[in-house]
Amino acid sequence: MIAYVVRRLALSVVVVWGLATVTFFMLHLLVPGDPVRRALGPRASEETISNLRHQLGFDRPVLEQYGSFLGGLLHGDLGTSLSLSAPVSQILGDRILPSALLIAYGLVVAFAIGLPLGILSAIRPNGTADHGVRIGTTFVFGMPVFWLGLILALVFGLKLGWFPVSGYRSGVGGTFKTLTLPALTLGLSLVVIVTRTLRSNLINVLKSEYIEAARSRGLSERRIIGKLAMRNAIMPTFTILGALIGYLIGGTVVIEQVYQIPGAGSLLVRSILQRDFQTVLAVTLISGAAVVTVSFLTDVLQAVLDPRVRLEGKS
Amino acid sequence: MSLLTISGLGVEFGPRAAPLSAVRDVSLTVDPGEVIGLVGESGSGKSLTSRAIMRMVPSPGRISAGEIYFDGRDVMAMSSKELRSFRAHDVGMIFQDPFSSLNPVFKVGAQITETLRANLGLGRAEARSTAIDMLERVGIPRPEQHFSSYPHELSGGMRQRVMIALATASRPRFLLADEPTTALDVTTQKQILTLLATMRRDFDMAMLLVSHDFGVIAQMCDRVAVMYGGQIVESGPVEAIYRTPQHPYTRALLASVPELDAVDQRSRPTPLEGYPPEIGPVRDECVFVERCPSARPDCRSGRMSLEQVGTRHHSACPFEGRPAEGAQSPVAKERVV
Repeated sequence: MIAYVVRRLALSVVVVWGLATVTFFMLHLLVPGDPVRRALGPRASEETISNLRHQLGFDRPVLEQYGSFLGGLLHGDLGTSLSLSAPVSQILGDRILPSALLIAYGLVVAFAIGLPLGILSAIRPNGTADHGVRIGTTFVFGMPVFWLGLILALVFGLKLGWFPVSGYRSGVGGTFKTLTLPALTLGLSLVVIVTRTLRSNLINVLKSEYIEAARSRGLSERRIIGKLAMRNAIMPTFTILGALIGYLIGGTVVIEQVYQIPGAGSLLVRSILQRDFQTVLAVTLISGAAVVTVSFLTDVLQAVLDPRVRLEGKS
Repeated sequence: MSLLTISGLGVEFGPRAAPLSAVRDVSLTVDPGEVIGLVGESGSGKSLTSRAIMRMVPSPGRISAGEIYFDGRDVMAMSSKELRSFRAHDVGMIFQDPFSSLNPVFKVGAQITETLRANLGLGRAEARSTAIDMLERVGIPRPEQHFSSYPHELSGGMRQRVMIALATASRPRFLLADEPTTALDVTTQKQILTLLATMRRDFDMAMLLVSHDFGVIAQMCDRVAVMYGGQIVESGPVEAIYRTPQHPYTRALLASVPELDAVDQRSRPTPLEGYPPEIGPVRDECVFVERCPSARPDCRSGRMSLEQVGTRHHSACPFEGRPAEGAQSPVAKERVV
């Protein structure tokens, strides 16, 4: 088990380094526009521009810049934001919490709705409930995230007045109030994935011989589905979650715009428009690291739930 | 009185208007403590028949006809609650493949205690000690330690032992064993058969042993029913079936059993040519006519039913397996394969 965790951890570090490298070179070699000109405005003189460029080290060879970027990264230094004139780590620190809470809350919503619907669909495949769930979840999934967000804001925010339609407040009550609609938007768009994954896995597991054997011992359907089959069927759903985290982070970018939440997603959009390379790099890295961490955690969770996984690659 | 009585059992697939018949008109009785063998090729309906006893015919198949009585109780009329209790207390079932009949993500001990607690209402500690006793009884070495093993950590033979412990956990009076040794190697096979025989004797269980292997059947059973194309074509005491088979299919089946001590070439097994019939609509002729070495025009005149040919010995061949004039003997060793 420990060997397995160490192996996966080493792999995660390599992936994050790869991501840092690819993003760095893409920003420095491929993206058009000059961050220094952008920061100083159109009236700055050539001298001021080249002075600042020298000061920031942008005139050094790219490989040298890459070296100092990696060096800073190892010390936890994400650089300085050109457009906000503050350390990126500090800016990001304030922005990450709302985004992280939004994603976590969204996942809770997705699973709280998706799991029961998945089970309901799998009990009688192609039955009335299954078709109903399929139509409902696909319909919701078919709506663009920003559209779904606007509809929810319209109904629950403006018409019913249950939740505020924009902004973010900290504290437990404030977070709950301001993040419920955004999380519902994010979660609902995911329900179909959770439901479909669980449905197909559960149907397969319910056909397996060990379930037939459990039935032959007179165990109740409740026990068979709720405990014996779910433990097997839920694992691929968790794995999907690892892959979905990237989609979720992408989703927050749009949702934070719709609901005016000062999170990492809206920071990213702003930084791209400003050609604030340091901040873009930092946000990309942090989201990438989040994806890698979550997929690492789901792998570990899978190893805990399914003893056979621990043996993989050991033989 | 017999423990289990099946009469006129039919299992069908497909549309009700034009059903495809997989098992038809199967009748069988099992006395308390008796071991009955069900033998036949793949697709002969023997597994479906054994599952029908617990009303566990896999969907979309369905029991279309017949009566099943267990200890005087009408199994076909049981509510789902009664059915669960019937499965929990009265019958146990062992499956062919011990690699897939145990849940891979639960420890073997947990699987046994789960069943004991649900079916017998035992407490945690009591279930644990009973489970360890069961593991010991089925011959698992170091049962306390293997209580915490996962199925994949055990060999095939050990898993099948665990499966036997599970199936007999609530001391059923009747055990269904569907090809219990087919997935195992020969030495393990023998150990498992010995264990089954011991368990049967100790718990005084009746048993229905489904197998395609006549050797296994001969070793274990009191009586045997030979199935072909969804029907029983011959049934009787093992001794009689073995020594004086009456149905041409039984003879062909016996002729295809390899003999381990066969030295000379002439006693090489003779495989039966052709393929067993596929599931289809019922046809008004003998099920075996297409492959029967001694088929004659009369065989297509109608469906054959079991007729008594000896003490508790029945055959569905009215011509008693005697080859027609000029036809080849079904057990002729010189047949070209």
